[in-house]
Amino acid sequence: MTLHSPDLAKLIFGRLSLDDIPYHEPILIFTFIGVAVGAIAVLGLVTYYRKWGYLWNEWFTSVDHKKIGIMYIVLALVMLLRGFADALMMRGQQAIAFGAHEGYLPASHYDQIFTAHGTIMIFFVAMPFITGLINFVMPLQIGSRDVAFPFLNNFSYWMTVSGALLVMASLFIGVFARTGWLAYPPLSELPASPDSGVDYWIWGLQIAGVGTTLSGINMIATIVKMRAPGMTMMKMPIFTWTALLANVLIVAAFPVLTATLALLALDRYAGTHFFTNDLGGNYMMYINLIWVWGHPEVYILVLPAFGVFSEVTSTFSRKRLFGYASMVYATVVIAVLSYLVWLHHFFTMGSGASVNSFFGITTMIISIPTGAKIFNWMFTMYRGRIVYDVAMLWVVAFIITFVIGGMTGVLLAVPPADFELHNSLFLIAHFHNVIIGGVLFGMFAGVNYWFPKAFGFRLDPFWGKVSFWFWVIGFYFAFMPLYLLGLMGVTRRVRHFDDPSLQIWFQLAAFGAILILLGIAAMIVQFAVSILHREKLRDSSGDPWHGRTLEWSTASPPPPYNYAFTPQVHDIDAWWQMKQHNWRPPMQGFLPIHMPKNTGTGVYLAVLSFIFGFAMVWYMWLIAAISFVTLLAVAIHHTFNYDRDYYIPADEVGRVEAARAGA
Amino acid sequence: MSDPTQHAHDDGQHEHSHDGVDQIHVSLKGYLTGFAAAAFLTLLPFWLVMSGAFSKTGPADAFILLLAAVQIVVHMMYFLHLNAKSEGGWNMLALVFTIVLVVITLSGSIWIMYHLNENMMPSMMKDVRNLP
Amino acid sequence: MSDMTMTVSGGSGAEATLRFHIAEDHHPENATLLGFWLYLMSDCLIFACLFATYGVLGREYAGGPSAQQVLELPIVAVNTTLLLLSSITYGFAVLEMQHNRRGPMMAWLIVTWFLGAGFITLELTEFAHLVSIGAGPGRSAFLSSFFTLVGTHGLHVTSGLIWMIVLLVQVGKKGLVPANKRRLMCLSMFWHFLDVVWVGVFSFVYLMGVLA
Repeated sequence: MTLHSPDLAKLIFGRLSLDDIPYHEPILIFTFIGVAVGAIAVLGLVTYYRKWGYLWNEWFTSVDHKKIGIMYIVLALVMLLRGFADALMMRGQQAIAFGAHEGYLPASHYDQIFTAHGTIMIFFVAMPFITGLINFVMPLQIGSRDVAFPFLNNFSYWMTVSGALLVMASLFIGVFARTGWLAYPPLSELPASPDSGVDYWIWGLQIAGVGTTLSGINMIATIVKMRAPGMTMMKMPIFTWTALLANVLIVAAFPVLTATLALLALDRYAGTHFFTNDLGGNYMMYINLIWVWGHPEVYILVLPAFGVFSEVTSTFSRKRLFGYASMVYATVVIAVLSYLVWLHHFFTMGSGASVNSFFGITTMIISIPTGAKIFNWMFTMYRGRIVYDVAMLWVVAFIITFVIGGMTGVLLAVPPADFELHNSLFLIAHFHNVIIGGVLFGMFAGVNYWFPKAFGFRLDPFWGKVSFWFWVIGFYFAFMPLYLLGLMGVTRRVRHFDDPSLQIWFQLAAFGAILILLGIAAMIVQFAVSILHREKLRDSSGDPWHGRTLEWSTASPPPPYNYAFTPQVHDIDAWWQMKQHNWRPPMQGFLPIHMPKNTGTGVYLAVLSFIFGFAMVWYMWLIAAISFVTLLAVAIHHTFNYDRDYYIPADEVGRVEAARAGA
Repeated sequence: MSDPTQHAHDDGQHEHSHDGVDQIHVSLKGYLTGFAAAAFLTLLPFWLVMSGAFSKTGPADAFILLLAAVQIVVHMMYFLHLNAKSEGGWNMLALVFTIVLVVITLSGSIWIMYHLNENMMPSMMKDVRNLP
Repeated sequence: MSDMTMTVSGGSGAEATLRFHIAEDHHPENATLLGFWLYLMSDCLIFACLFATYGVLGREYAGGPSAQQVLELPIVAVNTTLLLLSSITYGFAVLEMQHNRRGPMMAWLIVTWFLGAGFITLELTEFAHLVSIGAGPGRSAFLSSFFTLVGTHGLHVTSGLIWMIVLLVQVGKKGLVPANKRRLMCLSMFWHFLDVVWVGVFSFVYLMGVLA
């Protein structure tokens, strides 16, 4: 039987046609030209300087946790630019779209932008940021040479990239979801959203989610199994503690997201009736399940940030962290309680008083351990010799900002208040208040704090401070008006307003967004200036801040094997104690070090996953089937490789260590 | 300094005494005991339901769930070789935590969804469940 | 461990003998079995969601067939028997593995494989029958959640069967080397874990469904 050409085209291209390329939308055309020019420039430079081999061998295929951590953070920063561009467009639209003026964004485009903004900021900025920081710092902090499963780590990273690329692809091929970042049904079901948007969302998150879950398992196993001798659980650095609990929450919560997305996908692809309006489906079940994931997710993001603040506060106050044990218990309590509050995201569902009061009270209880942490940080600073370096400035800004965000959160935990404020801009202001003021400030503090460890030179403090002030002031301008607007009853995701008296607040918010833009620009300048002046900012000691934990005891950047000799730990502030005892790194008696080999399998699997996801979005069943089978084959083939590690010879270790001592 | 090449011959399978695999104690007796218990705990509810010995009441459901819970414990002990000491207690800790979360997810979801229409007017609730 | 008992607060002086690095070769414990256990725990939560969905939607027949009408206990009884038998045969394989007897180990693994394949065949037959009488997954929320819960378990068993073939080839090629033993133990955990899930499925879905 011969296939007619339309059948053949359908078999190969599914529902994808030339009409899905948005060449009639000028904004997207300009964006595309910008992205294309930028991409060609980057690829051209890499080719010109013949760096492909270097990138492939030293970075893409690397199983070194430090390099993977850095790559995660690069991904987060790149995606931050995309997510922030979306934010700027929304602020611009809302600042001008009043009365007769319709603004510059058509509804279908505006809806995609707020969906993409939320999705990207949570899944492809905040998540890679914390995973990257944990990846880089945690194994160093516990005195380990790598993570428990180095290949899996590389694979997890590329799966995250693959998911991010799939979301980015929706910019130029087809559309993205117009449903809001959690794609509530029945809007996200096939009858209301028949195009490629929700499918891009589903597959992008599913592919990245595989990476996130595996990385979570990897990090827990690393912390449990690979701590240096003497480092009991209660002698673990506090960042490692928060990393452990964040990853426990990842392993506990992300499967719920996977299952929920799979059920939505079944509704859309296989015609089942989980969340439909008809045949017994119940869309509230989706909202219930997605928030079983969604609330722990908030704490997955913020716990590592708390860890960063603890490390930075104690280092820059030159004091041992106040209340280490209470900090650990508070973290554990937050982690467990985070699993008991999810209904507060949908109080307006209309459940009875018993359900609402249970979840309202559990939500309020979370503020107790969180408050304890705030006091611990303040008592750490109390009577300390505080050094206001850039990282420490972020901590101070965090404490103030996060307390405001936390208090508005407690307001929202009261069900009757929530009935008024649900889905209002008050809520938007609240969660940006805690996610920017908590998570993002924490990540910026972490980047400034650990950058010298990663690259051997500090970040330029002047531009760091410029960036800091623009960010913080910009944040207050951008979000405080939203609290007011929310109290006045303005709801989220609105493209156009009739009441002109509201406009001034939106203009203030847009002004704030521009300040944040300057903050981001200053951050880019900070990176550029620091690289240019790297010799001036060089730190040869490996310990530029007079740190307290083990990562500061090795060279900056650390050698591939991290520690020539596994450290023996006696104290929470292990490196501080080593310094007190005038410990010097031994210069003889080196042994060969057992290390994992690099592999390209992670990249191959992620590329195949991308092809599979893309084919599923566009109903290209043949390509989907082929890529899935290939994916399995490559994965199985990888298991036939038993030769996965090698030894760094002892004399090479000796050379590296001698070079450090001589520097 | 030791010669690194001496390590290169063992084909990448550097095994040390603390591997984990050898620490698991399995015995024929354990497997057979577990199998006998599991078989009994499976046969009993099937027989009770299939023979019609159970009426359609709540206690029957509870009894089935109880037997399932007991059987799961049997499987965990005899087939998954779980005890408080395996992997330094971490396996058990992870399991207990998971069970807590599973119970929260299951009972919480069912509790919440049962309350879905709590604030609806009773007259509107008539026959809603029977709609196609 | 005498140095552990010293006071560590003072600083220099007598405690200078405190050891701060391990001069010998140091290897952390292998984490594979723990990591795999953690994976199983995460899988547990996927099943928890599917059970919760079935618990919420399992009575939404939408005018279609009810659980009592479509679920057939005799097939499930046979299927449960097959799975339970495959558990004990895998156990025998592990016993042979511990005695480093490759041939008998592989033989028991093959027996396990056929029992698992029998389970899948019967399950697919049941599914095909349901679809043919118009009780497919698109008929009602009850059937959607039924097919998805039972089907996800079936998908796991299928992955286990593929894995078993891969491991048979690997043990055939490399023998019972430690890496392969570790993989056999992982698959063992996976296989017995699926049994545990099945206990939940036949109790919660089939037995209670028929009773209702």
